[in-house]
Amino acid sequence: MADDLTIIGKSLTKPDAYAKVSGQTKFADDLAPPRMVYGRILRSPHPHARILSVDTSRARALPGVLAVITGDDLPVKFGILPVSQDEEALAREKVRYVGDPIAAVAATDEWIADEALELIEVQVKTLPAFMSIPDAIAGGNEPIHGQSNVHKAVALEFGDTEEAIQAAAYSREDLVFFEGNTHLPMEQHAAVAQYGADGKLTLWTSSQTPHYVHRALGKVLELPMSRIRVIATPNGGGFGGKSDIFSHELVAAKLAIVTGRPVKITLTREEVFYAHRGRHPVLMKVRTGFSKEGRITGMQFQSFLDGGGYGSYGVATTYYTGALQATTYAIPRYRFEGVRLFTNKPPCGPKRGHGTPQPRFALEIHLDKAAEALGLDPVEIRRRNLVRPDSRTVNWLRITSCGLDDCINKVVEGSRFLDRRRAMPSGRGLGFAVSSYLTGAGTAIYWNDMPHSEVQLKLDRNGGVALLCGAIDIGQGSDHILAAIVAEVLGVELEDIQLTTADTDLTPIDLGSYSSRVTFMAGNAAKAAAESVRQRLLQSAAMALHCDPEDLVARGRRIFRRTRPEDGLSVAQAVQLVEAEQGVVTGTGSYTPPRLAGPYKGSGVGPSPAYSYSAAVVEVDCDPRTGEVRVPEVWIAHDIGRAINPVLVEGQVEGSVYMALGEALMEEQSFRLGLHKFPSLLEYKSPTALEAPVMHTYLVETIDREGPFGAKEAGQGPLLPVIPAVANAVYNALGVRIDEIPITPDKVLKALHDKGKRVGPKSVPAFGFPPLIKSDVPEEWRGK
Amino acid sequence: MSIADKVAVRLRVNGEDMAVMVLPYKTLLEVLREDLGLTGTKHGCELGECSTCGVLVDGKPYLSCLAMPLDLEGRDIVTVEGMARGSDPHPLQVAFAELGAAQCGYCTPAMLLTAMALLDRNPNPSRQAIKDALSGVLCRCTGYVKIFEAVELAASRGAAGG
Repeated sequence: MADDLTIIGKSLTKPDAYAKVSGQTKFADDLAPPRMVYGRILRSPHPHARILSVDTSRARALPGVLAVITGDDLPVKFGILPVSQDEEALAREKVRYVGDPIAAVAATDEWIADEALELIEVQVKTLPAFMSIPDAIAGGNEPIHGQSNVHKAVALEFGDTEEAIQAAAYSREDLVFFEGNTHLPMEQHAAVAQYGADGKLTLWTSSQTPHYVHRALGKVLELPMSRIRVIATPNGGGFGGKSDIFSHELVAAKLAIVTGRPVKITLTREEVFYAHRGRHPVLMKVRTGFSKEGRITGMQFQSFLDGGGYGSYGVATTYYTGALQATTYAIPRYRFEGVRLFTNKPPCGPKRGHGTPQPRFALEIHLDKAAEALGLDPVEIRRRNLVRPDSRTVNWLRITSCGLDDCINKVVEGSRFLDRRRAMPSGRGLGFAVSSYLTGAGTAIYWNDMPHSEVQLKLDRNGGVALLCGAIDIGQGSDHILAAIVAEVLGVELEDIQLTTADTDLTPIDLGSYSSRVTFMAGNAAKAAAESVRQRLLQSAAMALHCDPEDLVARGRRIFRRTRPEDGLSVAQAVQLVEAEQGVVTGTGSYTPPRLAGPYKGSGVGPSPAYSYSAAVVEVDCDPRTGEVRVPEVWIAHDIGRAINPVLVEGQVEGSVYMALGEALMEEQSFRLGLHKFPSLLEYKSPTALEAPVMHTYLVETIDREGPFGAKEAGQGPLLPVIPAVANAVYNALGVRIDEIPITPDKVLKALHDKGKRVGPKSVPAFGFPPLIKSDVPEEWRGK
Repeated sequence: MSIADKVAVRLRVNGEDMAVMVLPYKTLLEVLREDLGLTGTKHGCELGECSTCGVLVDGKPYLSCLAMPLDLEGRDIVTVEGMARGSDPHPLQVAFAELGAAQCGYCTPAMLLTAMALLDRNPNPSRQAIKDALSGVLCRCTGYVKIFEAVELAASRGAAGG
């Protein structure tokens, strides 16, 4: 019962807070083992070129240079997904984007290393570059990889969408483009590698996914994983940008082996922009049929993803652009066609919301336009189409809890959206949108039967608890979640928990801080571990107190009888009783998500044990003379399941709103002649404190039946509705439709002068999608 | 450049006089982090664009990535390590911890020092004054809201001069 909880649900100070505010937290670049030297990477200045030769002799001769390596030293290919092992730590035959690594140096200081890079002579034959989706589809003599620039093409259909749309009272089609943007964590990526005399390699790295880095190091260095230790350092911001395997991690490791010295590589800010793996540019076409009441009869969705030079998470991203449309709205018939193209730009990957902010943007402006045509208000059309709790979508995704209706009520009432939107002062507008997101990917990157998260506990005789888990805190507060859950179950205080995280030598597996999975999955594992220990503590305590274990409560470092609280003993005494009888007091817990994939090929992306829900109202203040759009106020409601720590959840929601506003209004990763147009923190515009709006944050609790204490996720979902809500607000303010992200002043001005009062794509390229994989629809959708 | 090119620099950091031999082109950021072991000062761009490297010089926010130590001899430099009094954190540090104003913690040292400089000249700043003062320090995690609230909480507890 919620009333019984003493730690869960409280806005307590997180365990790592004081280390962070005192500057004591050790990020990867803060580490400097004795005898450490510096590594630097030579990167391609060409977007597409064949490497003819790499001459390192002059660089090797420079005093202070300890090693120079090239692709021949690390010939084994790798990639984050088993199906996309297409990267080399240092390119051997070809470079595929400006920034592609070619060679690396270890030297006694960074200046010498930089000077050595300039002495490396690379002969190349430049090749025509493919810099856009149409370029890539059109193809040329030499594709970026293999025989074609098509990385992945998928086509799925659930029921007859054409029939459903043809028979509808109203249908419409919209074309939308979402430009790419990047994570921009304040901490640049950094890694320190050390190779011991015992033949053991240790890599400290700012990574969201140390487990996958561990696997890749084993593969590329051709070392047994037991000889490699990966320690993820606290990430100075991740947002998905540190969830891939990066060249500098493998290169630092190799240089440490070659030199016998610890080697640090810290990327420069410019290198971070090129390392990227961020938001894919996506061109989309959405076509939907509606009944005259505004109920969706069927939907067809097409995505064209501009993937950049390598696969990265792209296969998953492609599916994600089509997977979550139906977890928000009840769509009876659904078709998704998606294609990811290779282009000669930095590879794209997962950024907060992974592959779903783009289709969410398309869908939510599409619905706003449909509402207007049908004479419905923007809220009503959503309400008429909401998914129901405990249901299954037409593409077989299982919904458990769903608080979207509550979320809508909160923001609509809080902002007085329905009254105010019709009477906004000049230049002012209100926009509305809703969304849903995963609470952890239901399938692992490497398919196997093992748990996705594991936790190990060891109790000491004083009642302290050592908690070991592979999860890494990237600022989202995962350390707090683990500690709070274990402290709550064992009846101890937060400060009694000692955390050891993300160290492949010491901690059991957690797959990583991605897909909003840690609270749910590692949280469930922590809860299971604590419950197994608690049971033994209660049994021993019950023997000592001559009562039934069922009558006992653990709270405030004591175990006592529910009916006679004075009758009890300390947790430490209970540990001593168990230890005397059974030896060292440990416990483990694991979490494996239920198998949820539907009966069709491609069903592995999209299933999640639970979905979070969000609704947002955004107010804009537009200047029709300059095209500038400001956001003074945002109302956001988020179905978190249960807030394990409300202040941390609010922080995730507010941070999501902030990042969404940056994407909506200013951030873009765009290129000219293969070069990033804005590879610096000054030129790549992101919101400052001055742009921070007033935020009204509402947490909706639905107590999900499978989440730890009912919790779901907060790190990514709340970003999703904000971007389309901005676009819808601009329409409300100025009567123009900007069907393209970011909504920059030039586009607003262009739309104001456009006959159709719109800026956005006018067509999609001709592309032959593969034949549709036609899936059955779940029982509840048959005949509907 | 070689070891023979190193020069002696005397700096007053967090109230302590320190002397160190460094290459003369090293920035204050590099000397603090690499030669004095004060890794609480972070770097975000090393071009003066993000203020992640912010420290205080004579009580005013200063970008350590653009500062040359030789220029700062005799000046009073404060880093995040100098905020606490003994083991007692500064009220701003307490407020940031309590309100979740430090998520990843990377911009936090510069954000705290910039806020401390603000409170020292304006003990009860308005929300707008806080926004203006912190506008040069980029944060990608928080959306700034909890940071504003933490500065206000610290101010209400009388953090100025603390």
